[in-house]
Amino acid sequence: MSNRIVIDPVTRIEGHLRIEAVIENGVVKDAFSAGTMVRGIEKILKGRDPRDAWAFTERVCGVCTTVHALASVRSVENALGITVPKNAELVRNLMFCAQYVQDHVVHFYHLHALDWVDVVSMLKANPVEAAKIAQSISPWEKNTPGHFAAVQSRLKKYVESGQLGIFANGYWGHKAYKLPPEVNLLAVSHYLDALEWQKEIVKIHSIFGGKNPHPNYLVGGVPCSFNLEEVNAINTERLNHIGSLIKDAITFVEQVYIPDLLAIAGFYKDWASIGGGLQNYLAYGDLPTKGYGDVGSFLLPRGAILGRNLNEVHEVNGKNVEEIKEYISHSWYKYGAGDGVGLHPFAGETEFNYTGPKPPYEQLNVEGKYSWLKTPRWKEHPMEVGPLSRMLVAYAKGNTDVKELVGAVLKKLDVPITALFSTLGRTAARGVETQVVAHWMKNFYDELITNLKGGETRTFTRDKWEPASWPATAEGVGMTEAPRGALAHWVRIKDGIIDNYQLVVPSTWNASPRDAKGQRSAYEEALIGTPVANPEQPVEILRTIHSFDPCLACAVHIYDPKGEQVHQVQFY
Amino acid sequence: MADSNQSIWQVMQEKGYSRREFVQFCTFAATAAGLSGPAAAAVVEAFEKKSRPPVLWLHFQECTCCSESFIRASHPIVADVLLDALSLDYTETLQAAAGHAAEKCKQDTMKAYAGKYILLVEGSVPTGADGVYCTIGGRTAEDILKEAAKGAAAVIAWGNCASYGCVQAAKPNPTHATPIHKLISNPVINVPGCPPIADVMVAVVTHILMFGRIPELDAQGRPKEFYGRRVHDTCYRRPYYDAGMFVEAFDDDKARKGYCLYKMGCRGPVTYNACSVTKWNGGTSYPIQSGHGCIGCSENGFWDNGPFYQHLAAFPGFGIESTADKIGTAVGIGAAVGVAAHAISTNLRKRKLIFEQAGEPAPAPPQKSEEGEVK
Repeated sequence: MSNRIVIDPVTRIEGHLRIEAVIENGVVKDAFSAGTMVRGIEKILKGRDPRDAWAFTERVCGVCTTVHALASVRSVENALGITVPKNAELVRNLMFCAQYVQDHVVHFYHLHALDWVDVVSMLKANPVEAAKIAQSISPWEKNTPGHFAAVQSRLKKYVESGQLGIFANGYWGHKAYKLPPEVNLLAVSHYLDALEWQKEIVKIHSIFGGKNPHPNYLVGGVPCSFNLEEVNAINTERLNHIGSLIKDAITFVEQVYIPDLLAIAGFYKDWASIGGGLQNYLAYGDLPTKGYGDVGSFLLPRGAILGRNLNEVHEVNGKNVEEIKEYISHSWYKYGAGDGVGLHPFAGETEFNYTGPKPPYEQLNVEGKYSWLKTPRWKEHPMEVGPLSRMLVAYAKGNTDVKELVGAVLKKLDVPITALFSTLGRTAARGVETQVVAHWMKNFYDELITNLKGGETRTFTRDKWEPASWPATAEGVGMTEAPRGALAHWVRIKDGIIDNYQLVVPSTWNASPRDAKGQRSAYEEALIGTPVANPEQPVEILRTIHSFDPCLACAVHIYDPKGEQVHQVQFY
Repeated sequence: MADSNQSIWQVMQEKGYSRREFVQFCTFAATAAGLSGPAAAAVVEAFEKKSRPPVLWLHFQECTCCSESFIRASHPIVADVLLDALSLDYTETLQAAAGHAAEKCKQDTMKAYAGKYILLVEGSVPTGADGVYCTIGGRTAEDILKEAAKGAAAVIAWGNCASYGCVQAAKPNPTHATPIHKLISNPVINVPGCPPIADVMVAVVTHILMFGRIPELDAQGRPKEFYGRRVHDTCYRRPYYDAGMFVEAFDDDKARKGYCLYKMGCRGPVTYNACSVTKWNGGTSYPIQSGHGCIGCSENGFWDNGPFYQHLAAFPGFGIESTADKIGTAVGIGAAVGVAAHAISTNLRKRKLIFEQAGEPAPAPPQKSEEGEVK
């Protein structure tokens, strides 16, 4: 018997995501992923100063804050031929790493954990036993019977108050939850520790960029200045602060996040063969060590893997109009040349064309258009993006840090490398990446100190700051990796202002509707075959969807090169 | 009148019920919920306790930066807010339940606490094309907002999106992004900023809980407690402004000494916010301290008050005593006008003192050039 279920809103994500799934004999047979909110940022950018674009696009997402600003300043620098000073590259890399570590930890504990951790079950735990387990896997100072007992008693009072707040109506007691009460207690205790810690690491953004979320960026470098003889600039006190934050971050990742991830994963090894989905992985890469122009110097390498063949990594070129194209067969837009064609972002065009049901509605018409997300393809292939793709590309390219850690995790869990192609693999790859990046962050910090010691303090190049120094027309691509995956901005500048601006973002790759050929994108494909024990409590669907870390606000956008009015909406 | 902080036992006492009747009521409630024995006793205890004020957090056209900011709160930390201070019964960012189960959380609270819950709104509401630009559970944002606002005791608009429309409302506002106060009749507390400062967000909520009333608001609905002063008037770099000592280019020798960022386009002089006093991320810094001008993210229409690196027109008579009510945000920018008017009021004595302090010879006082620019 088949049963179509709707999950809307999908919670513990960024943005507005709707999943419709067809369930037959207890497994997902088909799935449809829809983005249900649109803002039109690209249309708003037209005609503005390209040096301001980072601020507009940064507001595309407040969860992966900073990454759109980085993609934006890079696209403008790429168009104008600006190379930023070494210290600016290091500061950007430090902010990038801080974002990754914070975002991945928050995703694991606050957005994903409740798919695996039964909060109510922890009330039955023995805190002494929980502490024994915790101490056997980590020296974290709060892993004590006293602390666990206090957390348990606090949550007990909370539950007994009858007001469950954010934990209300969870699928507690569902048979898919497999952790013993003691491990649930450990995880909930660390949920609270992580909530407290995450606000610290972002202070790196605050020191260099003035605030978080949404720190300030700058075309040509970074806005902060170094001065070791001045209280009014980044001085030794500020650098010490950053050093301490990095040290604490490494401690948190190594003593809390990674041990918890491995402990919890050990109880869910069946999820190493569920949720694999697509077989193609794409990463633009990031963390340049010799400038953004030298792709070979990126610590996170660029490349594409097809058919899960780790012996071959294909080159990716954002400027090649034959590689990345966006389709709209199932998206609420229209193209001048017909809805069947694909357009490279430089040549992209989009116009709203809502053909969905008039709200309030129960189900979308998935035969037609059903999402505000376009459908990007790389050489016509649907691609998965995100930590798993980055780790696979780095692994396949022989990055030693990544290879070592991936190997250690697989060994610890006693699973083969193919286990990576799964829901669990996606979640594990995020952990591996966090640990690697936390250490790279320390290396960047050390390099920055070395530079300052050598007297190199520049953070900004003024060469092409004035629009008078720009060519009449220029176009550029800014590629980066948001925590959720490959992100790029394409800008075309004409007479000193933005002629057009286009973003293709991670969740557009992953959460988009199928293409004209019927090829599903990553979410839809990964859900096929997922078991659903109780369609009223589809916790299994949430596991796979959350393993991607959905971020929808950035996935929807419009672009209209002709500046035409938005078309009248048509209803069925 | 019963206030929303009272426990059910307190309410029943006020209405003249005995302890015995209260326990009977609890037993009835527990039975109805399928509980017995020790669990039923827990119900008695729960109803006796003071309940935490229920809060619903709606998400519309936004980027979730307000939610992210909220969890950065340092005093109190957000775990204490969520576990002890209030009951966050609906928030798409953090809640365990999804889909229908999440919607049920919201409906239950709206019913059980009609007239007593606090409504927090993140994001603007698109009114274009009959609302199809933002739907949740198949319903439009406008529909969802209006339903939830009906029974709300207080409504808070988080951030620039809900307060003014923010980036999606910048020209040409393709989706007709609309601030919430234009769509509902409730009084709305606007807490603008992109995002607002975490500790300000928590303080606005706890102000209501701590003092039992909403904070004093200005004419734009902003709490005076945090939006009564311009960033410029509380800025630690203000003495450099008064002395006419400005950064001329990013990372120049003046930037490295932390001079005023006015000429780099700083919007501090027309922006009402707590940044330079409360600061960000537990008092760590704020944009100007880190070398970038304020972009004015807590002001209505700031996205169209650019370009960001073009400095503001002169604003003669803008004294430190000015308030948001008197001035508003109408001071735009004038490309060629420059800072001539300010040059007149530059405090030459202060300028000399600062340079002397720094051990540098004071350059000649600023002169009006042909274009009216301070040189």
